[in-house]
Amino acid sequence: MTPAAPQPQRWAKPGVVAVVLVVLASAPLFLAPFATSTVSRILVFGLLAVSLDLLVGISGLPSLGHAAYFGVGAYAAGWVSINVTSAIPVPLLVGAVAGALGAALTGWITVRAHGVFFLMLTLAIGELLHQLAHTWEPVTGGANGMAGIPPARVGDQPLVVSGYVHWYVLAAFAVGVAVVLVVSRSPFGLALRGIRDNEPRMRALGYPTRVYKYAVFVFAGSIAGMAGALLAAQQRLVTPADVGFATAALALLAVVIGGVGTLWGPVIGAALVILIRDAIGPGLDGHGTLVLGLVFIAVVYVLPRGFGGLVSRRHR
Amino acid sequence: MGAWLDANLVGVVNGFAIGFLLFIVAVGLSLVFGMMDVLNLAHGAIFLLGAYVGAALAGGNPSWGGFLGALGLSALLGLAGGGALSAMTEPLRKRSHLDQALLTLGVTLVVAETLVMVYGDDPLAVGAPPGLDGSVPVLGAFYPTYRLVLIGIGAVLAVLVYLVVERTTLGALVRATVADRDMVAALGVDNRLIRVGVFAFGSMLAAVAGVLGGPIYGARPGLDSTVLILALVVVVIGGLGSVRGALLGALVIGQVDSLGRTLFPDVASFVLFGALALVLVVRPRGLFGGKLGVRS
Amino acid sequence: MSPLLDVRRLRSGYAGSTVLDGVDLTLTAGTTLGLLGRNGVGKSTLVMTLMGLVPTTSGTVTLDGAPLPTRPHRIARAGVALVPQGRRIWPPLTVGEHLKLAARHARTGSWTRDAVLDLLPRLAERLRQPAGSLSGGEQQMLAIARALLTNPRLVLLDEPSDGLAPAIIEAIVEVIGRMRAEGVAVLLVEQDLHLALAVCDEIAVMDRGVVVHRTDTESFRSDPETAHRLLGVS
Repeated sequence: MTPAAPQPQRWAKPGVVAVVLVVLASAPLFLAPFATSTVSRILVFGLLAVSLDLLVGISGLPSLGHAAYFGVGAYAAGWVSINVTSAIPVPLLVGAVAGALGAALTGWITVRAHGVFFLMLTLAIGELLHQLAHTWEPVTGGANGMAGIPPARVGDQPLVVSGYVHWYVLAAFAVGVAVVLVVSRSPFGLALRGIRDNEPRMRALGYPTRVYKYAVFVFAGSIAGMAGALLAAQQRLVTPADVGFATAALALLAVVIGGVGTLWGPVIGAALVILIRDAIGPGLDGHGTLVLGLVFIAVVYVLPRGFGGLVSRRHR
Repeated sequence: MGAWLDANLVGVVNGFAIGFLLFIVAVGLSLVFGMMDVLNLAHGAIFLLGAYVGAALAGGNPSWGGFLGALGLSALLGLAGGGALSAMTEPLRKRSHLDQALLTLGVTLVVAETLVMVYGDDPLAVGAPPGLDGSVPVLGAFYPTYRLVLIGIGAVLAVLVYLVVERTTLGALVRATVADRDMVAALGVDNRLIRVGVFAFGSMLAAVAGVLGGPIYGARPGLDSTVLILALVVVVIGGLGSVRGALLGALVIGQVDSLGRTLFPDVASFVLFGALALVLVVRPRGLFGGKLGVRS
Repeated sequence: MSPLLDVRRLRSGYAGSTVLDGVDLTLTAGTTLGLLGRNGVGKSTLVMTLMGLVPTTSGTVTLDGAPLPTRPHRIARAGVALVPQGRRIWPPLTVGEHLKLAARHARTGSWTRDAVLDLLPRLAERLRQPAGSLSGGEQQMLAIARALLTNPRLVLLDEPSDGLAPAIIEAIVEVIGRMRAEGVAVLLVEQDLHLALAVCDEIAVMDRGVVVHRTDTESFRSDPETAHRLLGVS
């Protein structure tokens, strides 16, 4: 029995995708710089959320420590930008490689764990890397973070204007999401769904399930690292908080709100999370996290399949 | 040689103090998961709650009244919090561990953020009660009195818990629920009562540990994650649902954490992760666990 | 005489799939009913559903005229006891602790601790041994003792002979015989046809989630063709 093929997603229609991209690209033309950079941040976080959904929704690997590879990518890209070059696409590639490396080094033990143990292990790894970011001052800048990251450069031109940064982020976001979608629809992606639904059966059919899980873990790590590189370019600052538990939890919240397994839903979820944290949060004395916690609780009870679950009721 | 030993012996004593503190925290987490199959990520937040209660009542001018009051209040809050968590996770009984994780994560965010709203961002210091805040000379070296007391409290608690679990009928009920919850229900035992009881008891221990840990950790934002991770590592290493495992795991992690910070301060986290990975590769069920955590 | 157990159109299953597809079954107090069928037809699922460990989708179950509760602990207190497939004793607990736990919510009746240990003397010799160190047969005896001690009106026995040597199976036949003699109703799920025919008053056969045949043991024994057709054995 072969794993079920995914039903065609609504947004796969090129028309819808094109419209969305055009709307996003035109943001700097209509929005003030701060609002534009908020949209950029949504895209960065959205890419992280999509990579997490590949793990959680498609592969059945509920990771609570995915932000670790996001942070590793961000720090690596930041370090390279400061010390070597910030010319595109170098920091981006460095971020992806660093994320992949981090996932490779920690993934060999995590993918041997199942269910709740996997949850706990990924949580522990994320937090341990977070503490490392705090204590390894000479490299990461400690609690104050890595500041003064130079802007990304296209050849000789530094991208300082928020609009140009936004287009860079948008382009990288589009590439990243496209790659994830291609992988998700490939035979590899179908096999992952099979492993998610019934691993012993897949093993009986001859699939080396642990290798597959390790592979997607590393791949998702590289996409997260890529998103981290974008964070470094957009924010020009990387702090331990970006590696930590809070970021991992928010990414998971974005995935769950958006709809686990839909791959497009988490982007919507990311938008909601970032808007609450950055746009509404400051109005609440910076206590957006409280609202997010309440949203978490509400979503678990009321919308277990997220918004994506409401829209596409077919099997993902 | 003598000086090196002395210096590191203090570290070892510290490690045991942290170890016993971790045991008090981890036992609740391990039993809730081992018995009721619920992943309670809000456990760290309960510890944090206790820590702030300790800071509020015994912070600036630590007195015995304040300290004991903090212990009592945090115990009550822990019991109540545990009961609330039990009620909140009850509807999720049949759903995935991820959903339980998300719910309890949400509770953690709410609790932690509320505490920050009330007490602010800065770390609060908690002093040991008068008489326990000095050092005691033992065999030529000086050891902090409070840590020795903590070891004492932890050891007594460990013995008590051990006796209850291994020698009483209630303990038999606990062990049977960990081994096969459904068959316990098939004998007429209402699992809902067990669930509330375990949650309440475990959370009470976590809150009390928050107060006891005050003189060592203080109270600060982020402490909940730190303690939660340590407790999770202890529980995974020791084996889910095993009290013996929680004790041994906690003592090991206490030493690793303490010695790691003295000997390899920059990469203490990696030492911890390395210890975790090593144990899981050698003993996938944890040291005493019944449920298979990691398949080799 | 109205039946002790009356199951009507019972449907249940796991995670979306239906296993029991409208089971009708009655059991008279004090009798032993054998439930036979090929692997996977739903025999164990029926037992687990009756004990409340698998949720019911639709249908009714009455015990002595009253609707059977939904939660396992209430079903147990109503007088139903389970000796599950695979025994499911608690390895770290001693034999004595098993009996202590069983006694906590036991109904009043003739099956006291002494009576049970009298029936199963091997257990009496091993009260302080952890159940995990007992042999397969002894564990089966323990599982039966644990159920009996609650003084049930109905015992659900799921494949007690599974994996046991013939000598032990003989002992189990004796125990079930004693239970019958004391008036306990038994629903016995079995793969071992000879064991079932030896102890049961009546036989029911399941196929694909429903009961397809019901007769008394004598008739079943003297109709090997039906047995062969329904069970694939002679």
